[in-house]
Amino acid sequence: MSRLEPPRVSRRSFLSLASLGSFFAAIGVAAAGVFRLPNPTVLPGPVRRYKIGRPEEFPVGSEKRLEKENVFIFRDTEGIYAVSAICTHLGCTVARSSDGFACPCHGSRFSPGGKVLGGPAPRPLPWLEISRAADGQLVVLADNEVAEGTRFRVLAPSEIEG
Amino acid sequence: MADTAVREFLHNLRLLPQTFKEAWLRLGKVPESEREESQATFHNFFLHIHSVRVHLRTLSPTLTWGLGLAATASFVILTITGVLLMVYYKPSTELAYQSMKDIHFTVATGRFIRNIHRWSAHVMVVAVFLHMARVFFTASYKKPREFNWLIGLALLVTTLGLSFTGYLLPWDQLAYWAITIGSNIANSPRELTDALGITRWFDPGGFQRQLLLGANYVGEDALIRFYVLHVFVLPLVLLILVGVHFWRIRKDGGLARPEDPMGGPAEWGGERRPVFEPLATKTYGLMAVVKGRRATVNRGPENTVMSWPHLLWAEMAVFMLTVAVSLILSFYFDAPLKELANPAIPENPAKAPWYFLGIQELVSYSAFMGGLVIPAIAVLGLALIPFLDRRPGGEGVWFGTPGERQVAWQSFLFALAVTIGMLTFTINFGWLRNWFPDIHQLWIIFINPGTLLVLFFAGWSLWVLQRRDSVRLAAVALFTCFLIGFTLLTYFATVHRGPNWEFYWWPSQWPVH
Repeated sequence: MSRLEPPRVSRRSFLSLASLGSFFAAIGVAAAGVFRLPNPTVLPGPVRRYKIGRPEEFPVGSEKRLEKENVFIFRDTEGIYAVSAICTHLGCTVARSSDGFACPCHGSRFSPGGKVLGGPAPRPLPWLEISRAADGQLVVLADNEVAEGTRFRVLAPSEIEG
Repeated sequence: MADTAVREFLHNLRLLPQTFKEAWLRLGKVPESEREESQATFHNFFLHIHSVRVHLRTLSPTLTWGLGLAATASFVILTITGVLLMVYYKPSTELAYQSMKDIHFTVATGRFIRNIHRWSAHVMVVAVFLHMARVFFTASYKKPREFNWLIGLALLVTTLGLSFTGYLLPWDQLAYWAITIGSNIANSPRELTDALGITRWFDPGGFQRQLLLGANYVGEDALIRFYVLHVFVLPLVLLILVGVHFWRIRKDGGLARPEDPMGGPAEWGGERRPVFEPLATKTYGLMAVVKGRRATVNRGPENTVMSWPHLLWAEMAVFMLTVAVSLILSFYFDAPLKELANPAIPENPAKAPWYFLGIQELVSYSAFMGGLVIPAIAVLGLALIPFLDRRPGGEGVWFGTPGERQVAWQSFLFALAVTIGMLTFTINFGWLRNWFPDIHQLWIIFINPGTLLVLFFAGWSLWVLQRRDSVRLAAVALFTCFLIGFTLLTYFATVHRGPNWEFYWWPSQWPVH
């Protein structure tokens, strides 16, 4: 081989490179496989649907905190709505405060409607879907977020007749 | 014939204690000459990580303060007490808390062993931090020790990981809410991906959270995962890293120290020491290759002493001191155990153990930046130091190059002023969201007191770099700022944060409710 010719990859070094490459490729695939197992296929968890009682149990102007369910239920003249009590920052449970809600862990503050007033929370507290079960009770679907201001309308008897 | 075999058998039986001792200890007696002391070192599995001779500087207590060894000693204590606790601990959400109560109230010495486990964990975290500071301020990370600095950083992260996974196991209020917060920090890249609206296609946060929790909620799957990490995966990683760390110390030529002067009797420690003079008639072979600029010729082992017994004594002293500190603390102060985990209500305030409170303060500005990005920047910055500061000098001497002490003091004052100023400002005036209620989340992610602190520190370091024209001094500035910032934030969150993470001068002023 003349010195002016570009050096060519010899058969031996090509084979060495190929075997080295296949070694690392195999290791890489195996490593990825190792992480496949702990990544859960099925996500076990409780069904977050809670029966909360009949609409009459929530008089206008009332509010109720459901402890286990981490939900606040409010009733105003327009209807019933549910606000999640789980802070959108890092998942602590917020408590009622003078200006709305406050999180004990990192100091996020929310308005009574769930809007972020201060602190690190990136999003407002979500409003949750409320529907009615066949037995007439209200059901909070805690996995379903609805737009802020979405209320479950409780019709007055006059409205039903009309 | 049979007769002689029986006699031989009896003879060997009689000699058994002596032959066993020889087989076990090789030497069979306390070494008397330096030759025998060398053999004692390199014929013993546990001692052969030592070189046969050790430099006098290495033994100087004020060079190292024995911090690396104290960290190792506390790891040994933690392994032993940890295995003991595993005998009674049950990693299940139903039983974990009850088994902690059993360990505390019923198991013989259970409370004491758990206290020791807790306290030596604290000792280990403190020792690891101070050890890093020692290595930095004695410039011991410089070539050829860059790689060992990286191993050390990995050890720091693993130590913190072990602490975190450890306090989750009792399944008390601290544990439950720490897992909740920790897994949501892992989830926090969503803060960014949500703000950009790409979470549906690219969701590293959700993946990390699922990997940690194994479910959509904090429960049994999460507990068992953290248990496996705490009792097996992380200790194994730590053990391997410690092995590499020690091995590199030997291969990098022992602890960093200035070069001994060539030739002539060396003076160190106030004594004149004899010079090793090669004999003209003898051939010397190169027995091992270690990194270092000069071979030990013509100045010989004059500044070294035998590892057996000098180094061994020093190590045993540090080990005993570490054990003593853990025992005394454990005798007087019980490890905390809060109420049983209650998914409905966190404690108010819900505080992590002290070494994570600095991060908790940062997280209270932005989860993604404070919990992931700023710690990652800190680790990356620390990792880069030995690769950016490559000019030799000052190795193995506290503040060894000119101006270091001055820059360290200036940086100390700078970091103190900036951190206190930033905290004071934030407490008095709030932050962006208080002024512009409808501001986009991206602004808060990128501009918050935590990121500004990082910028101030980086800016100060660059200014020192330009002004003092020295990479080492810039590194000193950055490291000092990091150390002071970390310490101040930790102190601040420990003492001055109260219910709802609001500012209080003292915990005694917290509202009663």
